[in-house]
Amino acid sequence: MSVLVYIENWDGKFKKISFELASYASSIAASLNVPAVALSLGKVDNSELSKLSVYGISRILNNPDERFNALDNQAIAKAVAQAAQTTGATCVVLAHNNLGKAIAPRLAVKLKAGLVSAVNGLPVSTEPFVVKKMLFTGKAFGHIEMLSAVKVLTLSSNSFGLAEKQVTASVEFFDPEMVDADFHIQIKQTNKVTGKVLLSDADIVVSGGRGMKAAENWAPLEELAALLGAGTSCSRPVSDEGWRPHSEHVGQTGKIIAPNLYFAFGISGAIQHLGGVSSSKVIVAVNKDPDAPIFEAADYGIVGDVAKVLPQFIEAVKEIKS
Amino acid sequence: MKILVLIGNVPDTTTKIKFNADKTAFDANGVQWIINPWDELALTRAMELKEAPGSTVETIVVANVGRAETEGTLRKALAIGADKAIRVDADPLDAAYVATQLARFAGEFDLVFAGIEASDYNGNAVGGMLAEMLGINSVSAVSGLNIEGSQVIVNREIDGGSQTLGVSLPLLAIVQKGIAKEPRIPAMRGIMMARTKPLEVLQPVDAQPLTAIRTFEMPQPKAACRKIGEDQAKELIYLLRDEAKVL
Ligand SMILES: Cc1cc2nc3c(=O)[nH]c(=O)nc-3n(C[C@H](O)[C@H](O)[C@H](O)COP(=O)(O)OP(=O)(O)OC[C@H]3O[C@@H](n4cnc5c(N)ncnc54)[C@H](O)[C@@H]3O)c2cc1C
Repeated sequence: MSVLVYIENWDGKFKKISFELASYASSIAASLNVPAVALSLGKVDNSELSKLSVYGISRILNNPDERFNALDNQAIAKAVAQAAQTTGATCVVLAHNNLGKAIAPRLAVKLKAGLVSAVNGLPVSTEPFVVKKMLFTGKAFGHIEMLSAVKVLTLSSNSFGLAEKQVTASVEFFDPEMVDADFHIQIKQTNKVTGKVLLSDADIVVSGGRGMKAAENWAPLEELAALLGAGTSCSRPVSDEGWRPHSEHVGQTGKIIAPNLYFAFGISGAIQHLGGVSSSKVIVAVNKDPDAPIFEAADYGIVGDVAKVLPQFIEAVKEIKS
Repeated sequence: MKILVLIGNVPDTTTKIKFNADKTAFDANGVQWIINPWDELALTRAMELKEAPGSTVETIVVANVGRAETEGTLRKALAIGADKAIRVDADPLDAAYVATQLARFAGEFDLVFAGIEASDYNGNAVGGMLAEMLGINSVSAVSGLNIEGSQVIVNREIDGGSQTLGVSLPLLAIVQKGIAKEPRIPAMRGIMMARTKPLEVLQPVDAQPLTAIRTFEMPQPKAACRKIGEDQAKELIYLLRDEAKVL
């Protein structure tokens, strides 16, 4: 038996989210008294793979087949299902990101497993197996019992954190039975955002709303983000206006994020926006309207003009970083 | 070509969420129901594909697993422009249960649209499960879709960028923001026509849910916001470092 975790890579490298998943899987494995096994698909160096052992993974399966780099959910689900079967996994963990969300439901059907997506932290109990997740876009939580023998979970990023637990690990070549017909998609073009922190991997997120007034006003916001090593996001009207890309839109109809620190500049704090950010550990709001609902969700706030506050923030961050 | 659009029936996004006294059931009293926002965008895109010059789309069917109260939402989808609606008369127990019900007839369609999640239980599951049950291709996080002969050209978001893909039919597209610009609003004529469009009710097949919500919980109330003057903005950064310890 095992707990299996699928670990995605980005050009052969892992990210914080990868190690959080490893930590999470080994913690569940410990409570079930079974080993934690990781599966990596696509080319990743052994030195990178063995980093997973720092977070309690004792068996690391990998297959360097380049075809997996196409992020074809059907092919990956097939390979993960085979790894789950050969390791006797009773619980399979994936990231709650674009790839994990695509694989998990297909995998659950293959394994006749129940699926709970976007779980927040460790199971509430393992006997019966109950997990907690956010519902109604942050307006409530639910305790969900999983009734199947095998369970598939996707973990909300930054809901568990990192837990170091060095173990000795074996790195093994894993050879799933795959045929050419398992790879269904043909990639015509890829646009990678380079030099930016992934929103799902960011500890700090700096966000702007309609109060930023125009696309060209984002320069100081981006400067602040760069100084903090933060990701950038925005409210829905901002991406609708085309001031920022759709991938930055957070909220009910955009991405749901839970960084340690979220800055809201010129965002009113509509309920649909808060749904996407209310699990952030600390929220800082800057808004010129003292009655803006964002202040009800915020931990720290400044009633003031973003144009006056941003330069002061930048100056202060430069001071503390030097 | 035939298109199926899955329609989730969810509380309006401004709904104040309430539960019964022992927190084991959602309290639907006074709730306004809407089409799940992503499904509404999917239906809008399906309509655009049907109306495009030289389109091969003959019909758009919408489907929901739910009790009679969800018919208002299905009628709205018909008013937006779908040709026919199907309702499987059952409580949507969990994603696996819903997908099993839909799998009975979804195989007749060339293109199936599902939303990336439902705004009530935020499940991200029905679309992918249905594709696997049907044994057809699926692409998730789709923010653009065009049909070119037997190929579908799809834009999707990946973590760290975006991609354009070619994939063959039949296809299940799991869509997100961007798939259509604005959801269509039913016009008066559409609302009139919707009354006479077919709404078929099917009995459910036997299936077991694999998950069950046992209890609900409200989020912890937040402590009051600590306000700092506009001219002391720098101080806030120091508080984040020394007090909140997040820098
Ligand atoms: C079905 C549905 C889904 C939705 N999904 C989402 C979603 O996912 N995400 C989302 O964000 N929204 C979503 N919305 C929209 C949401 O209701 C709000 O309209 C939106 O969040 C408002 O964006 P905003 O705060 O940027 O703009 P506004 O509400 O216009 O607020 C701008 C704020 O900036 C302040 N301001 C103006 N100038 C300055 C200045 N110089 N300095 C400081 N402050 C200033 C103003 O006081 C105001 O509070 C959804 C709506 C619906 C109906």
